[in-house]
Amino acid sequence: MPPCRGRNHAHSDVMETDQSPFDEMLAAAEIARDPYRDYYDWFAGEEPRRLRQKSAEAETVFRRTGITFNVYGQSEADERLIPFDIVPRIISAREWARLERGIHQRVRAINAFLHDIYHRQEILRAGRIPKEIVAANDAFLPEMIGLSPPGGVYTHIIGVDLVRTGEDDFFVLEDNARTPSGVSYMLENRETMLQMFPELFTKLKVRPVSAYPQLLRRSLAQAAPESSPNARPVVAVLTPGIYNSAYFEHAFLADQMGAELVEASDLTIEDGRVAMRTTRGHTPIDVLYRRVDDDFLDPLTFKPESMLGVPGIMDVYRAGNITIANAPGTGIADDKALYSYMPEIVEFYTGERPILQNVPTWRCSEKDALAYVLDHLAELVVKEVHGSGGYGMLVGPAANKRELAEFERKLRARPSNYIAQPTLALSTVPILTRAGLAPRHVDLRPFVLVSPQGIEITPGGLTRVALKKGSLVVNSSQGGGTKDTWVLGDEN
Amino acid sequence: MLGKTAGGLFWMFRYLERAENVARLLEAGWRIALTRSGEGSNEWQSILITAGADSAYRERHDSYDAAAVINFMLRAQDNPSSVLVSVGLARQNARLVRTALSREVWEATNEAYIALKSALARPVSERNLHDTLALIRNRTAVVRGMLHGTMLRNDIFSFARLGTFLERADNTARILDVKYYVLLPSATFVGSSIDNVQWEVILRAVSAARAFRWLNEGDPTPQAIAEFLILDARMPRSLAFCQSQMDRNLGELASEYGERRPCHDLSRELGEKIGTSSVVSIFEEGLHEFLGAYLGGLQALANQIQTDYRFHA
Repeated sequence: MPPCRGRNHAHSDVMETDQSPFDEMLAAAEIARDPYRDYYDWFAGEEPRRLRQKSAEAETVFRRTGITFNVYGQSEADERLIPFDIVPRIISAREWARLERGIHQRVRAINAFLHDIYHRQEILRAGRIPKEIVAANDAFLPEMIGLSPPGGVYTHIIGVDLVRTGEDDFFVLEDNARTPSGVSYMLENRETMLQMFPELFTKLKVRPVSAYPQLLRRSLAQAAPESSPNARPVVAVLTPGIYNSAYFEHAFLADQMGAELVEASDLTIEDGRVAMRTTRGHTPIDVLYRRVDDDFLDPLTFKPESMLGVPGIMDVYRAGNITIANAPGTGIADDKALYSYMPEIVEFYTGERPILQNVPTWRCSEKDALAYVLDHLAELVVKEVHGSGGYGMLVGPAANKRELAEFERKLRARPSNYIAQPTLALSTVPILTRAGLAPRHVDLRPFVLVSPQGIEITPGGLTRVALKKGSLVVNSSQGGGTKDTWVLGDEN
Repeated sequence: MLGKTAGGLFWMFRYLERAENVARLLEAGWRIALTRSGEGSNEWQSILITAGADSAYRERHDSYDAAAVINFMLRAQDNPSSVLVSVGLARQNARLVRTALSREVWEATNEAYIALKSALARPVSERNLHDTLALIRNRTAVVRGMLHGTMLRNDIFSFARLGTFLERADNTARILDVKYYVLLPSATFVGSSIDNVQWEVILRAVSAARAFRWLNEGDPTPQAIAEFLILDARMPRSLAFCQSQMDRNLGELASEYGERRPCHDLSRELGEKIGTSSVVSIFEEGLHEFLGAYLGGLQALANQIQTDYRFHA
């Protein structure tokens, strides 16, 4: 067996695709697992027709609220709804406690890693990860070397993508350390469920998520530069504009935080600070929660043709006069080429064994690994090192011959551009279909806030669900939907 | 508040008002077409001129056919002042300024867009014209109601109202200007009643036919109509009323920001012009000249507001 990083002795048996996947609701026909017991009882007593009606109602609510996203690559700038399924995904207090510990550990390690990699690079000196994987990586920003962000925080917001394959088997699929999106769906899904099924929330003790925007604001404000002249730090959200696919979320978060929603054209540099053009003149900003990529942040430092950025903002940043959240250059921490080293990274910085597992990964840059991947292409998932959103990836078991051949060519041409992973038997949670409950694969993105005062994890997160039977791709741009995610309180 | 947000609010409410005004114009035109056989086609043209859409219409159509005009004004994507385009732009601006709006105002705007997009997806027939026009009026009224019922009375509210009244004043002045010739007292018929068809169009286009009848015992002299639509400060679509509201909104901005800007002087000048005019002096100056100067003044005021409050970089 060629080098496969992170394969974990005890659990390798649960990852084979020919086994039927772990269902989070039903342990056997008609028998609910513990966390779902109360919900399942309630469900059994409901009229299917009423529930389908509720489903349609939910769609109307979402459309009226305008919770839409724009699809890239569609001929017309079309606004779509992300389908919402009314069956919640339920996590017990015990399950969540463990996830929380694991996420906390991982996020601590990521911030320590980012600080190290842009300063002394101890981890490279120690030989725990190869130098070239950092040096030759586009996500590594030399501009950040030696620079310490205000409050020492690199990733103010992280969305850790988790998948599950068994009762106790959670894997981190991806650490979204750049600009994770989806939190507005977490919040609106809950609002919708509260409106539609108030009786469920009196019956089950579901931990609330609604404080997220206030926590986000507080967390960002705590990371404001010390040099700020403002008694109360001024926070603004930077959006690429109303045609961006996540614009709804940008506006939603700004609104909920009571922060201004700005575009680059609203910003200017004045007296060494970033300021926004207001009806009264220019107002300095302390914290910019930016939802544009590193490359577009400052045309003077990065992409000169960027219209989305603020010329000179990096100079202000270097002078310590603005907090950029997340810090530029955090992408190196969630880069797929680096992903397979995460267990080492966690151990190196925390001195602990990782609580959450990594998905075993073949680095196609390594010769033996490439050979193995090419031999087993039809069983594996192959991802582009820099891809996201489910684009440019191959799901071997679901691919036809032509697609496999095409990917083989790509792999041979640029092996270092790819990693491969076994096709995980992702857990399922039922969705409501015409025929009743039907299992569909899910993942989970909890949202984590980091401030100089500590780490805050909102219980639950966004559950994404592949609506197509058998599909493993949960991305909203590829036919995925969402569910409300319930973390139960201790008393349940 | 961001300058961009102020601009977005101003334009959001201008577009909503515009959509509503077009619906009123069409209602007036349709009424004439139904009640006066053979006299309709001129009316359709003057309605297009009032809406500033005549040349765009003529590029696409050879004659002033009721169905063609109605559909052009309601739903043509290539008519920049069609209801569908206006409501779409209003919603786009609402999206842009989402953080300045209460959830109720945003949802009312979004629902107006969704409802009208669906109602205007197919050509509107005679049979459903009435309902369609009512839908436009109702949906825009709900947005206005939500604005009044749920928004703080601060600069956000002031910019929204400024957009509304600037657009409304512009619309009323245009209606009068397009019809000024019928209001001109001819040498031989000084003080005579004007053609019923014409005054009906004017008054219905500003939803004022009933109010006018009550105030003037149904006697539509040119002077009485001009006075009512220009100088009567009780009439919510008159120039005097719109102007006083703009002055008030600008005054609120001045006191909130602790500073008057050049637009305040422009607005005061416009207001004084109306306040010191009588219907006699207006007709002496020339109605067309008076309205032309006022429309020019409004345009200058809009530009100055945009500069003073930094709508653009």
